[in-house]
Amino acid sequence: MARVVVDVMPKQEILDPQGQAVANALPRLGFDGVTSVRQGKHFELEVDDSVDDATLAKIAETFLANPVIEDWVVRRVDA
Amino acid sequence: MTRVGVITFPGTLDDVDAARAVRLAGRDGAAEAVPLWHADADLRGVDAVVVPGGFSYGDYLRAGAIARFAPVMGEVVRAARRGMPVLGICNGFQILCESGLLPGALVRNAGLHFVCRDQWLRVENNATAWTSRYERGAEILVPLKNMEGRYVADAATLDELEGEGRVVFRYVVDEPEPGQALKRHLGVDSPNGALNHIAGITDPTGRIVGLMPHPEHAIDALTGPSDDGLGMFLSVLDALVAA
Repeated sequence: MARVVVDVMPKQEILDPQGQAVANALPRLGFDGVTSVRQGKHFELEVDDSVDDATLAKIAETFLANPVIEDWVVRRVDA
Repeated sequence: MTRVGVITFPGTLDDVDAARAVRLAGRDGAAEAVPLWHADADLRGVDAVVVPGGFSYGDYLRAGAIARFAPVMGEVVRAARRGMPVLGICNGFQILCESGLLPGALVRNAGLHFVCRDQWLRVENNATAWTSRYERGAEILVPLKNMEGRYVADAATLDELEGEGRVVFRYVVDEPEPGQALKRHLGVDSPNGALNHIAGITDPTGRIVGLMPHPEHAIDALTGPSDDGLGMFLSVLDALVAA
């Protein structure tokens, strides 16, 4: 068994109004100095040893992310 | 008789109205609405398919991302590639984009609000299987209701869509004053910040069309702001009879 993390982020050129809303809220809450926020998704997968890196990449590219609008990174982490 | 399939996924809302629009368009008995179930890899011999609006599978992950893998969608993609007319409305448009039948994607409205209003659209292309009953340049009034309605695509795809006349509907938006160009993409004038104010597009064959607004909610004065949407369903019946 292994833990796999997949991070999915909106591409840089895609307007991220949710991240902007978070960034705009921070000064109102008294947190200054944060110049930009982008909001994405974080998946944690528990996989058995039969799942290879190519399969994980396929899961990320065809399902967890939409490559038209999002970039993704897969990494194995110690459980 | 022409048979038009209407798909129901868990979470679909507008299948009943879409079926009613098909029946109204074929009121002399020329058309039948055929219910299709998401879990059945079977199109029941239909001549065209409407993928209606709603929140298929709760819009979990991304709008349309899970519906794309439903057994019925495999059949829709196969039939569409053979030339069967397919219309995706709202969530249906999102599903067609996720399926790769149409390019681009629909993302969160720029203003971050769920937009629900009657919306004027301009018909930019009346050569598709779903828009032949309209005059090019005509303006029609249909309801718009969504959270992820902002059409985006990369620059090359946008150039291709515009160059080939594949933008079918555009939101009618007041032109901003000089110097206000930014406002157009920040949700001030546009309902959602869609690139080039795109409301609907078609594939290169003109047989697959997707749009965010809801023509099936504008088919008679009793239940909608106009009957402007009925033309889409009349158009496809014309196309199928002519075929």
